[in-house]
Amino acid sequence: MSFVSQFKSLASEKTRDLRHRSVIRTALRSYEVVRDKRKAAFQSWESARQAAAETKWEAINHLDEHLVALTAKLEARGTKVHWASNGAQAREIISQILRDKKARSIIKSKAMTSEEIHLNHALEKEGFTVVESDLGEFIVQLRHEPPYHIVFPSMHLTRGEIKDLFQKELGDAPSDSPEELTMVARRVMRQKYLTADVGFTGGNFAIAETGMISITENEGNARLTAALPKTMITLMGIEKVLPRFADLALFLPMLATAGAGQPMTCYNTMYSGPRQPGECDGPEEWHVVLLDNRRTELLADAEQRDSLHCIRCGACLNVCPIFRNVGGHTYGTTYSGPVGAVITPHLRGLQDWKHLSNASTLCGGCTEACPVKIDLHHHLLQNRRNASTSEPAFFEKLAYKTFAIVANEPAFWSLAKKIGWLTQPLQSLVKGTTLDPARAWTKTRDLPPQPLESFKDWWRNRK
Amino acid sequence: MKTGETILSEREKILGRIREALKFSAPLPGSHGETSAHSTTESPASHAREWLPSVGASGTEQFDLFAKNCADLKADFQLFASRDELPAALKKIAAAEKWSRIASHDGELSNFASQSLGLPILLTDKGYDVQEMEKCDAGISECDALIAQTGGVVVTNRSAGGRALSVLPPHHIVIARREQLVADLPAAFAMLQQKYADNYPSMISFITGPSRTGDIERILVLGAHGPKKLTILCF
Repeated sequence: MSFVSQFKSLASEKTRDLRHRSVIRTALRSYEVVRDKRKAAFQSWESARQAAAETKWEAINHLDEHLVALTAKLEARGTKVHWASNGAQAREIISQILRDKKARSIIKSKAMTSEEIHLNHALEKEGFTVVESDLGEFIVQLRHEPPYHIVFPSMHLTRGEIKDLFQKELGDAPSDSPEELTMVARRVMRQKYLTADVGFTGGNFAIAETGMISITENEGNARLTAALPKTMITLMGIEKVLPRFADLALFLPMLATAGAGQPMTCYNTMYSGPRQPGECDGPEEWHVVLLDNRRTELLADAEQRDSLHCIRCGACLNVCPIFRNVGGHTYGTTYSGPVGAVITPHLRGLQDWKHLSNASTLCGGCTEACPVKIDLHHHLLQNRRNASTSEPAFFEKLAYKTFAIVANEPAFWSLAKKIGWLTQPLQSLVKGTTLDPARAWTKTRDLPPQPLESFKDWWRNRK
Repeated sequence: MKTGETILSEREKILGRIREALKFSAPLPGSHGETSAHSTTESPASHAREWLPSVGASGTEQFDLFAKNCADLKADFQLFASRDELPAALKKIAAAEKWSRIASHDGELSNFASQSLGLPILLTDKGYDVQEMEKCDAGISECDALIAQTGGVVVTNRSAGGRALSVLPPHHIVIARREQLVADLPAAFAMLQQKYADNYPSMISFITGPSRTGDIERILVLGAHGPKKLTILCF
């Protein structure tokens, strides 16, 4: 099945699923309340957004300089920096580190880049044991499905479903209380932390000035991942740089506010190296893998370059009327919602993924929600334009040409009206069936009857 | 391991693609169609203090704000008139939670606090067994700063006994002096820059409340992986 027909069939299934809609609506309603409260606490959220956008502009438009500075600082403190042009290279670099270390078990904290390159699957095929430690990621890993949302991976599940899952997969689910279920995961994970050979993390920001990688999380799982195993691996997109250490004073509270309606996420931790001389714990080795995977192609599109400013807060997903109705899995992409619809055609091919840019009301809610002011809804329009310019749809073009001829010539127009009026009874016989030329409209709606006398006729004939 | 050459060439390929892509300039954010370069010498975020949530001007206001933020975060904040009041407060917590052993690190305040309990202490400074730390009922550490604006605590692995002490035991106790309170996030970053300059500890962590998750129906649960409780004792 093509990506577009898969999207359409899942979308129509999900929009009719009232249970799904109510779960998502409940989850997002509580988010909206706290997000608005936290935004209002800012003295000026709008000025902060503008400054964040300009800071990211500066970072992305001097990306080469920042990456060079970042890696020099990281390497000076003993961190090994690897560069991967694509997912296959990144997977190979990571497996090679694991083989060198004779590692068996890997504890992971949340990293969307690892979803992007399908890392878990590749590592498991090689016989490594990979455990997701973020609670939401752990839940979707047990279900063998990708995360539903880039920030809230398991928001589509109810506590009852999670209880059944834990009972089936872990044999331990005392009740369906979120508190007790979380404690089950905590117990399972504790021993894994203490025995894992390698800790794997993503990264939220990379500071060029000081050579640090900043990781944002609520659970403490990334803190433990970066503290206990002897080897640490961090996989991060090249676009994650910020120029200065002090920029975090703005970005950390903005990410927390836009992403989850928090004043600050519980743990914001900056790492600048493996265990240094005189330090009592931490990994002996730290490998940082910088991933391109067609980000440079997006960078080359100056018009949409600002989509690399994205800090993956998920705010645009949360406000999007399409996302809220079709849900995260329907997109079939690593990054869903408006930002996913903008960047996926660049990362995975325009013609295969252009339908995502059509799945939009162009309400502009995403652009307004974005803490770094990415011009998302215009980029959706630009993707539509680029898709039709590079590969025009023949019948659509023909239809519009014909329409232009008919609409420009009063005689043709009035003839078309008459034909329409005359054939109307025939259409009502096949209404909504595959024989109906207006099926796309009529299968769920009524087509109003066309009167013999148009408004124009009536105007001309009035007394 | 791949050869150094291959790694270097991949780096050069990526940097080459970046430089090629950047030959065309992108419009500045918030200015449709304009392509002028960003010219100011000042960092765009340097006025963050004026946009972030406000903090009071006086020390009292800032302590009140810190206390209020801690309450919102479900962290326990206790302010004392003098250091001598700490042991009694600690003993009360230790008795209520039936502590039998604690983890801590070498430091004037952490030693004073942990030794006052008369319990077995695991010191992290010269290396430690993580399985032993896992059995500790609490981790007692110092910190680098408290932040009024967020109710947060700044720790580094140098000031707070390593990377694990503040996250592995189920209860994290922070001992702080009043003068460690800073007003806001920009002040906290300025303090870190001044204190550590070019020799940063390999881990700096902004801890804002006890560990938490909302991954099950967006309902808040404390103690997802890190500490279920965070207590800040300040004098």
